[in-house]
Order: sequence, then structure tokens, then C-alpha cells
Amino acid sequence: MAEIMHGRKALSSNPLKSSAPLGASLAYLGMAGSVPLLHGSQGCTSFALTLAVRHFKEAIPMQTTAMDEIATILGGPSNLEEALLNLTKRMKPSFIGIASTALVETRGEDIVGALKLIVAARPELQGVKIVYASAPDYDGAMEDGWSKATAAIVEALVEPAEGAAAASPFVNLLPGVNQTPADIEELVELIESFGLGVVVLPDISGSLDGVVPDAYTATTFGGTTVQQVAGMSRALHTIAIGEHMRRPAEILRDRFGVAGTLFPTLTGLEPNDRLISLLIALSGRPAPARLRRQRSQLVDAMLDGHFHFGGRRVAIAADPDQLYGLSMVFGGMGAEIVTAVSSTSQSPLLARVPAAQVVVGDLSDFEDLAAAAGAELLVTNSHGRQAAERLGLPHLRVGFPIFDRLGTAHRRLVGYRGTRDFIFDVANIVLANLPHHHPEDFARIPGEEAHDGHAVAATH
Amino acid sequence: MGQNLHTRIADIFNEPGCDKNVAKEEKARKKGCSKPLTPGAAAGGCAFDGAKIALQPITDVVHLVHGPLACEGNGWDNRHASSSGPMLYRSGFTTDMTEMDIVMGSGEKRLYRAIKEAISKHNPPAVFVYATCVPALIGDDIDAVCRHASEKLGTPCIPVNAPGFVGSKNLGNKLAGEALLDHVIGTHEPGAMAPNSVNILGEYNLSGELWQIKPLLDALGINLHASITGDARYHLVASSHRAQVNMMVCSTALINVARKMQERYGIPYFEGSFYGISDTSEALRQLATLLVGTGTDAGLIARTEALIAAEEARAWARIAPYRARLRGKRVLLYTGGVKSWSVVSALQEIGMEIVSTSVRKSTDNDKLKIKELMGGDAHMVDSIPPREMYATLKRGDADIMLSGGRTQFVALKARTPWLDINQERHNAYAGYDGMVDLVHALDRAISNPVWSDLRRPAPWDDAPSLSLAAE
Repeated sequence: MAEIMHGRKALSSNPLKSSAPLGASLAYLGMAGSVPLLHGSQGCTSFALTLAVRHFKEAIPMQTTAMDEIATILGGPSNLEEALLNLTKRMKPSFIGIASTALVETRGEDIVGALKLIVAARPELQGVKIVYASAPDYDGAMEDGWSKATAAIVEALVEPAEGAAAASPFVNLLPGVNQTPADIEELVELIESFGLGVVVLPDISGSLDGVVPDAYTATTFGGTTVQQVAGMSRALHTIAIGEHMRRPAEILRDRFGVAGTLFPTLTGLEPNDRLISLLIALSGRPAPARLRRQRSQLVDAMLDGHFHFGGRRVAIAADPDQLYGLSMVFGGMGAEIVTAVSSTSQSPLLARVPAAQVVVGDLSDFEDLAAAAGAELLVTNSHGRQAAERLGLPHLRVGFPIFDRLGTAHRRLVGYRGTRDFIFDVANIVLANLPHHHPEDFARIPGEEAHDGHAVAATH
Repeated sequence: MGQNLHTRIADIFNEPGCDKNVAKEEKARKKGCSKPLTPGAAAGGCAFDGAKIALQPITDVVHLVHGPLACEGNGWDNRHASSSGPMLYRSGFTTDMTEMDIVMGSGEKRLYRAIKEAISKHNPPAVFVYATCVPALIGDDIDAVCRHASEKLGTPCIPVNAPGFVGSKNLGNKLAGEALLDHVIGTHEPGAMAPNSVNILGEYNLSGELWQIKPLLDALGINLHASITGDARYHLVASSHRAQVNMMVCSTALINVARKMQERYGIPYFEGSFYGISDTSEALRQLATLLVGTGTDAGLIARTEALIAAEEARAWARIAPYRARLRGKRVLLYTGGVKSWSVVSALQEIGMEIVSTSVRKSTDNDKLKIKELMGGDAHMVDSIPPREMYATLKRGDADIMLSGGRTQFVALKARTPWLDINQERHNAYAGYDGMVDLVHALDRAISNPVWSDLRRPAPWDDAPSLSLAAE
């Protein structure tokens, strides 16, 4: 059990979090023909958009209600209405996902009520599905925004199942914000190999996976369709990844009667064994032969890799679910999580992180703690690069944003194969940074007590 | 938001140094010059973004953003303004306001504590405190907190009042300039000033461009006192009122600073650019002329001409191998403000053809300059909708697009060469050497063999290709 430590600082230095409205926007980007709309000042959208573009290296549709001072003081419904009309006319979306921001939430607007009136009064909006999630910046981080938006989509668009069961059986897959397009592709392939169909929500593997369409598109290209979401009530089962996806999975269960299984993480041997067992049970089919091979490859990777994990002092900073998932892999391979920093404090998983304590904080906490603990490897998003440089430590980039590396969308961390690749990535970083030993490393004079209690590995 | 800020904004809109403003009728002038934003069709950063961009290159201070997470959390460490020394400016500092701060109204207390923590940990020469929408809405008085903190803690705390909702990035630049005028410039008396000291306004040292210019100034015995702000140090900006001449390189961004420094301290200014060979030469000439006009030995003019002759000859010789390859190549230039004319003239110098250039952020003066450069039928466009831009590029109407990151993927998805000329770029293109580098980069982009490979369809692909899945 990790002890959860809350900082008392007034100053956040080098933020670890990205904002909740950004997380909500990314979830909306997993819908087909979609445009996310942030209800706030134009900067709210601009900053989120720029960061998302730097991460995905893709054009990203995202709009703003452009609240100016007067609109903020007088109330924003007219800006919201104008924005919906303008972007419907210009971009012709089939889906608009609205997220609030700190600005409009501070003013305390009744956005849900206003939205109802707008949609009722405006025939131009009839062809567009409009979903709203409250996601103020001052509450939570990316995982929270993603979860709230997905829950809002489920609540608004899933239709009760009527009549006979679906002709071909399928499952709902609810990936978390930490799953890459490659992760989603991997899981879809896996589920389909059991003869099951799958509806993914939100499906950024269609919209943010880096393809070059033959025509210009103003909205997302690919993603979950409104019709697919409507039919999610007819699924055999829901598979949700990450504690933050509990809410949408529960809505599917409680309101639409679709049972579900929540996997806190799908990186690692044991969680994937459970996933395969579930798919066997759901499909009534045995595991395909190639899964046995993949499992065996992972076992071999763990054999080869454990030398480089064992005893390594690792520092991790991430959103709660990702922190939990990564620390279970590192811990499970024998590494010591000497520093664990979480962006927010809400998740029940934090207490289960295999570390003495989890600090809810920022990247300056991370840097200070990692230095004090003698960490050998930093694991966090690209914003950790300055800390890595100052501490002279290798930096494994995970999560969001990763803006100084290419191919992030195609990195796979789930499944047997994703876990195998991840183990090699980590082992290769360790191998690339192995210190060369010198006589002084072993300079204790036999027969005498050492001056300090323990030998510290040379940090070159 | 206080009455102060309203007055301040009205004042900026009344800028007599702005040609666009001067040309307006009294009534239009009162309305201000920020175009109203269209909800659902707006792009670009907010005033806070603009203020931060203008001030962040002061490298040795703490830049503390008072607001909820997104304002700093989504935006820190995102530009390549380089520093030759301190790295403090690259850290992101924010009060990360919580719901509790907002409901309980404890924002000001949190801000004060944050300032105190920042000073005790980093001991900076100053703390710049940025207002954002939420604290402005709930009435946090950052001026008062900064005043109190400056007194109590003995470190200057500079309030920067440019919450996002007051307007555009450009207005934010100017509000940042006002903060410098009110609280920084003139607050520090330097010891002996080096002779021939000048300031450069609106140069942010992106990718180190200032360092492409500095050797030219050094060679002429011109001392670059403060770049406002690029690779800047607080005390140099604070003592910049003792410089002899100001050069303004990003025309609309900090014109209020240039004009008011002339008014208050009698420092003459001119607008120039270090993009392109003849623009660089012209800028050096003007610097020399203004310096001589303010007491520098007249020999500087001859020395400047000699340096220009030598540098121009060297640059042209280095460009010569590329001229034949680039002559007649068509460029779609999509950028704002000062960059349009300075880059237009630079590209024309090497014989490239400008298909069209955007002038959406340009002043009338900028547009006039473009017209002069491109002849009567200047293909000036305000803005190009992405769909149209894509179609233009897809048709092959241009051989390359030069723009900023926002439109990068429109070009790339149309399988068209693209070069970054905005603030996020990694390459430096200023001065004579920078121009040679730009030409080299253009050639590298256009003549990359990858384009023919990329445009070739899959030979096995008879079926309809990836098309829009219109649901």
C-alpha cells in the first residue's frame, strides 16, 4: 500500500498535468465527422490545439466559442449558439462535442439548459449530434476529461436495445486516454481473432493514426460513428481500460444492461492472461495458436529483460491510471519505484502503486524526489525533458504530451506484443546507459568497514 | 477586470505610432482595432498568449501564471526562444487555481504565497505575474498583490494584465509592452553604458536568430544593450532607457514601447527587418544613421557600407549555386505581419515567384511594401480557408508552402513541400548567413526525391482509395 502524499505548495512548477478540457477534446476526436468545441476564450482552444498538434503531428479540428469579456459577463449562450451554427455551416460535422472550461464554469452558466433551447430553436442543427460534458480545468486532468466526455457520449447517444440480439456478436471496447491508436488496433485485432465484432469508443485509431486521405476534410477522418454508439446497448460485454473508464462502463451496465469488465491496465503478462480468458469465455472459442506464440515471446522477453529491470531505481510521473499501469510492469519485473508522482489524487488505484509513497504533485516535485532518491531512469511525458537534462538521467517518454519524438501514435503498450516491445524499449535504454566500471568502484580496503552504509551505483 | 485595464486597452487602440490607426476616423478609432472574434470560426491565441510570448524570453526571471491549469499547463516550454545563459524562463510556473480558490476567493492569497515560494526557491531578479480570465473574472487584483509582494519580499513583481478574453495575441503583445513601460524600463540605472548602445524590440531570439545578427553589430562596434525580448536579462531591459537607438523588428507587436520610449527618453526608433539580404543591409544602414544622428562618430556610416558590401558579396556567392535550382519556383507564403514583406523580398532576391501571400496580420504599411515589391498585381489574400489551401496545393499551383505549424498538415497531406517560418521553427534564418540557410532549406525541401515517391499511387490499388467515410 502506497501512502498518498498531498503537496501544500501554492506554486505549481513545471506542470505534469494537461487539462481536463483537452482530455475531453481528445475523446471527442475519437468520433467520426467530429469537431470538439471548447466553451471558453479562444486561448483555451488555442493552447489545447497546439499541444495536441505537437503530440499527434496531425491537423486537429477543434473550435472555440471565443468568449470575450462582454460575453463572459453577460453570459455565454449566444456565443455558444453562434459557434454551433458557424461551425455546422463551415465544417459540416455529424458530431459536435462540447466541453466547458474553467472560464464559463466560474461564471456558473446553465449550459445544459441553454443547449436544449438552442437545439430546439435551430433547425440547422437537426442533422448534428451534439454532446456536452462539464470539464473545468480546475478539476482533474486529462484522464478525467476523457472519461467525462466518453460518459457524456454514452449517455446521450446509446439507444436502448430492442428486439432480437445483434446478428453478429460484438463487444464494446472503452480505451482510456492513455491508449494509442496502435494500442486500439492491437486490441481490435485481438478481439476479432475470437470471431467477435467490436465497437470502440472513443476510437482515435481511426482519426489520429496518421493517414493521408485523398481529399480535404474539415472534421475528423475516421472514428466511432453515431450509429455505432447507438447500438452499443446490444453488445455482449464491455471491456474498459483504466479506472477512469469505470463511469462510462457503469452507465452501459446500469442503464443498458451490458455487463462489463474493467482492466486497470493491459500492459503486463497477468492482465493480458485475464483478457484472453475473458475473450475465450465470451466467444466460446479457444485462443488462436498465434496468441500462444505471442505469450511465449513475452515470457522470453521477460526472461531476457529482467536482468535490466531488477534493482533499477525508477521514477515515474503520470496521470493516476498510467502511473499505476507502468509501475506494475516495472515493479513486476523487479525494478524499484523510488519516486511515484501522480497528477491528481482521485483514483483508488494510487494506493495500490507498488511504491512506499505516491506524491500528488508536479514535475518539480518529481525532479527533486528523483534526485534525492538516486533514481536511474525517469519515466514521464516530454515535459520531463528539462529534468532529465539537469539530472543527467535517461528519460523514457510515456503518456501525453510527447512532442519531441515521432511515431507516438504507433507505439503499442498493450497486449502480449505491446508489453514485449515495452520491455525491450526499457531494457535498451538501460543498456545504452550502463556505466563502465572503474577500479575505484571496488576500492574498499578488505578488512575495514566502508565509510558509508551502501555502495551507490556510479551514475557516470 | 478593473477600469485601469479598460483605459489601458483604449490607449493602445489609440496608438499614434500605428499608421493603420492614424488613418481611421475618430469614431472608428474609438472602437478599437481588435477584430471581433467569430465563435465557431476563430483561430489563434488569446491576449495572455501574446503577453507571454512577448515577455518569456526574459530568461532570468520567474514567469508565474495566475490561473487554472490549462493556461500554463497546456502551453509551457513550447517555443524555441533561446538563451545564452539562464534557463529559468523555460520552467512553467502557475498557481494552478482550484475550485476552492475560486469559490472561497482565496486566489490572491494563493498568488502571494506562490510568489514567495518562487522567490525563495529561485531567487530571481524579478517575478512576472500574468493574469488570466478566471482570476480577472472573480476580481483578483494582481496589481495589488504584486505591489504588496514587491514591498514585502524585496523582489520586483511585475503585474502583466492581459487576461485571454480581452482580445487577440497581438493586443497581448502590446499589453506586455505596457507592463514593461510601467514597471521595468527605466527602473535600473546602468553603470557606464557601452558606446553605441542600441535595443532591438520585438526580436524573440527564436532558434537563436539574434545570434545571427549580433556578430554584425559587434563588427561595427554597435553594442546590443537589450533585446526586448530575446535572450534578455531583467536588468538590461530595466536599463534599456539609456540606449541611443531602438530598432523595432516586429512592426505591430511593440510599437507602443518604441513610441513611448522615444517620448519619455528621446530614443529615436525605426522599423526594420533582418530577413533577407537587402533588408538586413537596410537595417544596418538605418542603425548607423540614427546612431550618428545621436552623437556617434560619422565614420560608422562608411564602415557600415564596407561591411554591407563585403557581407552581401559573400552571401550572394554562397547563394549562387542554388539560384538556378530555385529560379521560377512558386511559393505560397502564408504568414502574418512583418514576415510577409520581409520574406517576400527575400524570396524575390533569389528569383522565386510568389503565388500569393497572406496579409491578415499586416499593417497598411506592410501591404504597401508588398505591393511595391510584387508589382501592381500583388496576390495578397487576407486568409485562405484550409479547404481552399489544400485544393491549391493539391492542384500543384505552388512548389512549396511557407507557413506556421497551424497549416503545416494542410500542405503535408496535400503531399507538398513545406517549410516552417513561424515561431515554432527550429532553424534560424536571420541576417546574411540566415538567408543563405533559408535558401538552402528551400532547396532541400523542394528537391527532396521523396516527393515523387510520395505522389505515386500504390500500383496495386485499383479499388477506390481512402475516401471520406461520410456517415
